Amino acid sequence: MDYRNILTICPYCGTGCGLYLQLLDGEIVGVLPAKEHPVSQGKLCIKGWNAAAFLRHPDRLKVPLIREGDRFREASWDEALGLVAERLLHIRDTYGPDAVGFLVSARCTNEENYLAQKLARAVFKTNNVDHCARL
Amino acid sequence: MTNSVPEFSEHTRCFLITGSNTTEAHPLVASHVMKAKERGAKVIVVDPRRVQIAQLADLYLQPRPGTDVAWLNGLMYVIVTEELADQEFIEKRTEGFEEMWRVVQQYPPERVEEITGIPADDLRAAARMYAQNKPAAVLYTMGITQHTTGVDNVKCIANLAMLTGNLGIPGGGVNPLRGQNNVQGACDMGGLPNVYPAYQPVTSPEAKAKFEAAWGVEGLSDRVGLTVVEMVHAAGEGRLRALYVMGENPLLSDPDIQHARECLEKLDFLVVQDIFPTETTELAHVVLPGAAFAEKDGTFTATDRRIQRVRKAVDPPGQAKADWEILCRLGQRLGAPGFDFASPEEIMAEITRVAPSYGGVTYERLDREGSLQWPVPAVDHPGTPYLHKEKFTRGLGRFHAIEFHEAAELPDEEYPFILTTGRIMFQYHTGTMTRRSPKLEQEAPEPYVEMHPDDAARIGLDGIRRVRVVSRRGAIEVAVRLTERIRPGVVFIPFHYAEAAANILTHAALDPVAKIPELKVCAVRVEPVP
Repeated sequence: MDYRNILTICPYCGTGCGLYLQLLDGEIVGVLPAKEHPVSQGKLCIKGWNAAAFLRHPDRLKVPLIREGDRFREASWDEALGLVAERLLHIRDTYGPDAVGFLVSARCTNEENYLAQKLARAVFKTNNVDHCARL
Repeated sequence: MTNSVPEFSEHTRCFLITGSNTTEAHPLVASHVMKAKERGAKVIVVDPRRVQIAQLADLYLQPRPGTDVAWLNGLMYVIVTEELADQEFIEKRTEGFEEMWRVVQQYPPERVEEITGIPADDLRAAARMYAQNKPAAVLYTMGITQHTTGVDNVKCIANLAMLTGNLGIPGGGVNPLRGQNNVQGACDMGGLPNVYPAYQPVTSPEAKAKFEAAWGVEGLSDRVGLTVVEMVHAAGEGRLRALYVMGENPLLSDPDIQHARECLEKLDFLVVQDIFPTETTELAHVVLPGAAFAEKDGTFTATDRRIQRVRKAVDPPGQAKADWEILCRLGQRLGAPGFDFASPEEIMAEITRVAPSYGGVTYERLDREGSLQWPVPAVDHPGTPYLHKEKFTRGLGRFHAIEFHEAAELPDEEYPFILTTGRIMFQYHTGTMTRRSPKLEQEAPEPYVEMHPDDAARIGLDGIRRVRVVSRRGAIEVAVRLTERIRPGVVFIPFHYAEAAANILTHAALDPVAKIPELKVCAVRVEPVP
């Protein structure tokens, strides 16, 4: 048996509590609060204790999907990203850069938000970049 | 936040908590307030609902929603007239006091009582308590900002903190508690229509040149872009044709969502990258499966500017990918340079080169030191627990003269109640994660409206437990919970629930500067459902 604790940060509110994900043979089996964390100091709220509960929910999106009429069909990453690239470029070239918008995410990492706004600004030349900071 | 959460338990002697249901929405911040209370700190709570933290308050004031400028000006009136202001701080570190005072002197407690419903003597007591127990910290959330006067409200809070010399000291400050794990970081990284990373304005020629050089491109736009709500409207008008949504669900979180849906349906192309199907993925042309927090490496920045490492524990399910990998692949697919990163650590290295306040961040430091609070401009800089220590970023702190204005939509005969929205302990934002977490959903499976028993009697509820709540935008049916903790004339609905979405009712009136929607005040009527 391989048992490990991975130190990470709670995915819920902006307090940024420290927690350990308990890993047994590669599966998350529980959550523990991080005692040495300067803010949470060994405590978690009920959302933090349940931070890993949704990870293996059967509803998780697992495959890229492309709309066909009223339904979605599964697609490869190559096909899905190819379609996204082609359509976004077409719309930019037809209607101008500000016809394209990007919602980045208060849920994603700094690195991901940086890349998303870089994509909007450097590739599409638009500042239509926002997220739910106001919501 | 100007200050740090651990300072609350260590240093703060008075808390002014307003528009924040702290124990439910930020429980571990509330625990620092409780620790401070144990050693004798004072707690003032100002909120239309007697939220849980009000139970430990020394003073609780219950204003009419949308009147924050009036009571904040009233606090300052009392502080100035009773000579409790910090004259030395005002003289040495601020400007604009006289202009501010010309407005504030028109807000004596008796007039404030007429506007807000807060008894004049309670307001006086709160002003004395806040001014006489230094360091004093103001804590607030969306109850202050989600108004057409959101920016005015925040400026008044900054005025109050400067007036009493509560900035630039540990345990004081102006402290918005951010609602999402990385909303601070998303702003820091330039996830806003007016700024590049680290708040460098897109309208600044120097910033434009800097990023063109850093990214190896030409022709970056110097026009401020659209905010979320503006993008939705632009989609409705055909000005926005394509939208790429990464990990957001505007069709539950935005105001007036029926209108938002009609607008997004007009898009030629909608891409949604998320971990679960949402109200927004339903409308998408392409859905890309992303990764949850436990399935990728990176950093989040907490509400007190605290940059921390997020570490991968497991792989994403199926073919799902880390969002940074998806963006890199898409960038390469678009033929763009600068998207060939092998790891989030490499992306952070680029961030530190273009975002001065993150300049000293390395994964190695975060591993060793646990967290770093920006600004941390160099690798040998320790980070900054509290801002504005000896001077403000702009030099002198500026007082703003702010007049009170009513909310955009007030109750009338047809819609006699004020609706205000917010969160509850067990659910989170649009519920995409919490409603799929069995123990959380079990605790709070059902939407409801909170109403005062006197109001229930007035509309003839008489034991009926289901109501229709109707606004000019739409109607929902929910269970009713009678409670004396809410101000008569006000009803509250948590916004987590798609099956009775509070945002069907809310309206999209925006603050003119911040473009934040007025989710905390709109007019509704409540009808019994027999």
